[in-house]
Amino acid sequence: MSDTHEQRTPVTLNGLSEDDPHLQPAAHHPETVERVIAVSLALGLVLTALFGYSFWVNAKPWILGATMGGGLSFIGFGLVAWGKYLMPRGPFVEERHTLANSQEDRDAFAAAIIERGGGVMKRRKMLGGLLGGGLGVFSIVAMFPLLRSLGPLPKGTLFHTDWHKGTFAVDQTGRRIHVDDLTIGSIVTVFPEGTENTDRGQAVDQTILIRLSNENFVTQKGRENWAPKGYVAYSKLCTHLGCPVGLYEQQLEMLVCPCHQSMFDVTNGAIPKFGPAPRPLPQLPLYIDASGYVRSQRGYDQPVGPGFWEHP
Amino acid sequence: MSNLATTRRAKKKSYGPYGKLGQTLGEIDDRIGVAKGGRTFLDKIFPDHWSFMLGEIALYSFVILLATGVYLTLYYIPSSAIVTYHGSYAPLVGQKVTQAFASTVDLSFKVRAGLLMRQMHHWACDIFVGAIVVHMARVFFTGAFRKPRELNWTIGATLLILAIVNGFLGYSLPDDLVSGTGIRIAYSIILSVPLVGTYLAFWVFGGNFPGTAIIPRFFILHVLIVPAIIVTLVTVHMVLLVRQKHTQFPGEGRTEKNVVGAPMFPVFMAKTTGFLFIVTGFTALLSAFAQINPIWQFGPYDAARISYAVQPDWYMGFLDGALRIWPAWSFHSFGHTIPFEVTVPAVILPGLIFNLVFLWPALERKFTGDHAMHNLLDRPTDRPKRTAAGASIFSLLAILFIASSTDVMANFFHVSLETVLWAMRVLTIVVPLVTYPLTYKICKEMHDTKGAGKRKTANVVTRTDQGEYVATPAPVYVDDHSHELMPTEVPTFITATETETDDPGVRIVER
Repeated sequence: MSDTHEQRTPVTLNGLSEDDPHLQPAAHHPETVERVIAVSLALGLVLTALFGYSFWVNAKPWILGATMGGGLSFIGFGLVAWGKYLMPRGPFVEERHTLANSQEDRDAFAAAIIERGGGVMKRRKMLGGLLGGGLGVFSIVAMFPLLRSLGPLPKGTLFHTDWHKGTFAVDQTGRRIHVDDLTIGSIVTVFPEGTENTDRGQAVDQTILIRLSNENFVTQKGRENWAPKGYVAYSKLCTHLGCPVGLYEQQLEMLVCPCHQSMFDVTNGAIPKFGPAPRPLPQLPLYIDASGYVRSQRGYDQPVGPGFWEHP
Repeated sequence: MSNLATTRRAKKKSYGPYGKLGQTLGEIDDRIGVAKGGRTFLDKIFPDHWSFMLGEIALYSFVILLATGVYLTLYYIPSSAIVTYHGSYAPLVGQKVTQAFASTVDLSFKVRAGLLMRQMHHWACDIFVGAIVVHMARVFFTGAFRKPRELNWTIGATLLILAIVNGFLGYSLPDDLVSGTGIRIAYSIILSVPLVGTYLAFWVFGGNFPGTAIIPRFFILHVLIVPAIIVTLVTVHMVLLVRQKHTQFPGEGRTEKNVVGAPMFPVFMAKTTGFLFIVTGFTALLSAFAQINPIWQFGPYDAARISYAVQPDWYMGFLDGALRIWPAWSFHSFGHTIPFEVTVPAVILPGLIFNLVFLWPALERKFTGDHAMHNLLDRPTDRPKRTAAGASIFSLLAILFIASSTDVMANFFHVSLETVLWAMRVLTIVVPLVTYPLTYKICKEMHDTKGAGKRKTANVVTRTDQGEYVATPAPVYVDDHSHELMPTEVPTFITATETETDDPGVRIVER
């Protein structure tokens, strides 16, 4: 049981008497505080054990969190209160020692670098040059992974999509869009046939198809035959940051980007009317083939999505 | 029995006055010499002020992040391979999802305490970045960054950047619809860098967005590389703190040449360990009752879909806000485009702000000509210009943060998006400009007025027998009379004359 008497050696406090106010607890009523801390630590113990139990039986997440959080909070509260109210109140003081060394020490340090190290270099200039050259070459070579292995170079990939002459527009399930599919005012996201399940198809080629009327629709001068039977197609990638422009305000006839609220006027070449997008959404020229399917006349005439340095 | 007891007693006696512990310490000291330094460390004084625990919150939430993060790595699979979901969340069953998404949903629903750990990880991250910011504000407004602590300020600012970056990386790992959109925005921001943007983007993503490289790459950055740098810098941060000793507010017995407070052992250790438990406990309670990032509701990432009215984690808010309100100024010429509408708010603006943060100690030294060592802290009102500048920058960040929810505000206040946008644009310019002189004026007045900002002692109001109320004025401020004792040296315990003799009254009792 108790062998503490044997171990503990009586001590004296250097400079402070045992009843010095610095060594007294900060609390006015230490007994009361001790009782509160005892209750807190006991609650902590019980809740922590309960956490173990609820983990064992795989209880609901909120029970796990409540028992764990409650248990740790009570233990922590008890410990903080113990330190704050029952341990010697202090305050105690400690001197700061200057970190700076004497000027001699500094000079000796600098001299060791310059005289000893520099001297070695001065005596063997050629070796120093070769070493420096080697390290320089290596630091350039070390950048090669960046150029050769981290990823392919962009080349033309940002300029082209998979929309070509005569490509069928399909929805996300791969079904071809027929001229009778959309009612006026409705929209669908389309992909070049065959890409609807590919990363690239979804990330780059995604195009929004809107039916604006029953007649051939002219969104801008020079695009007279791009929107047969009122079918208008724009790239779905916002020209701001590439979010899918997924909201269609039917009454305003505006496409809205949910990320940063750019608005594009679909009746007027998707010119941005509001928000941070700088360019219109590129329009895809369409035609309706003999069987009534919606197909592209050719690809987009400019890169889709956000701006970049090589963008014309 | 008695034999055994005698042997034990003999052994115990040979240990010396401090028993086994003393013996063990002696053995260690023989080999690596810890007694003197260890003793100094136990006596180390930590000044006491509530604002000094803000940094502790940051440190402890980082501890939580490491612990919960390790738990998550046991179950998370960093792969973009497509699998069919067959887990316990019915609405997703049968959907084609990436392994990253499926494993995150599974670790939330199938793994014991998995959801709790995931939520704690996310909450701890939000708290981590928040605590760093508030801690930095404390250091800034009290001038704790001044000589000799400029290096620690720089390390702290670097830690803030790393914390934000790692937060973003981790947030992206579940590959859900919302985080995937965030990655896409990050890709477009990298793309916007003039001259090298497309190359940078292709190197980071291993090709065109989205590709399959990004999840494993973000994973290794998130769980190894960035945390390793953070751990290293936190260690240096702490070592410098110990070496340079903590700053303190002026007060009774406190000078530039001393530190007044509580000793490391046991007082500070008890308080700080208790605080670790409280921070952990609080995070667990938050995670138990406040849902965060329910990715199964967002669904898996699909580049052609998007969710509405989602905001990023709070520490990305100022970037998102800046992207929303910056005008569509794009530069086209000579066959090239500089997307200023992205580059300015998302690259140049944070670059400027962080450069200002890094350079501030040097700038202040230059403009005030103050090259002295400072261990006593300023009260913010004592330095009106610095305080005003800090308040101004914080107000700018606050407005940008608010601007990240223009759509939500438009809905909430039933006004047009355009009105909100223009209001935010105006406020972004006006608020920081007004904050500076206002803060400056307040600081000046508080500094020049005795007792401003101090709590007054209460007037005592008594009711006489006649029903008359009499107030006894109490002109003294609470802070005017100190309740604190003058600081004293930490008591040293020295052994008294050897009193250890054969103690016949004590027996070893077998257990």
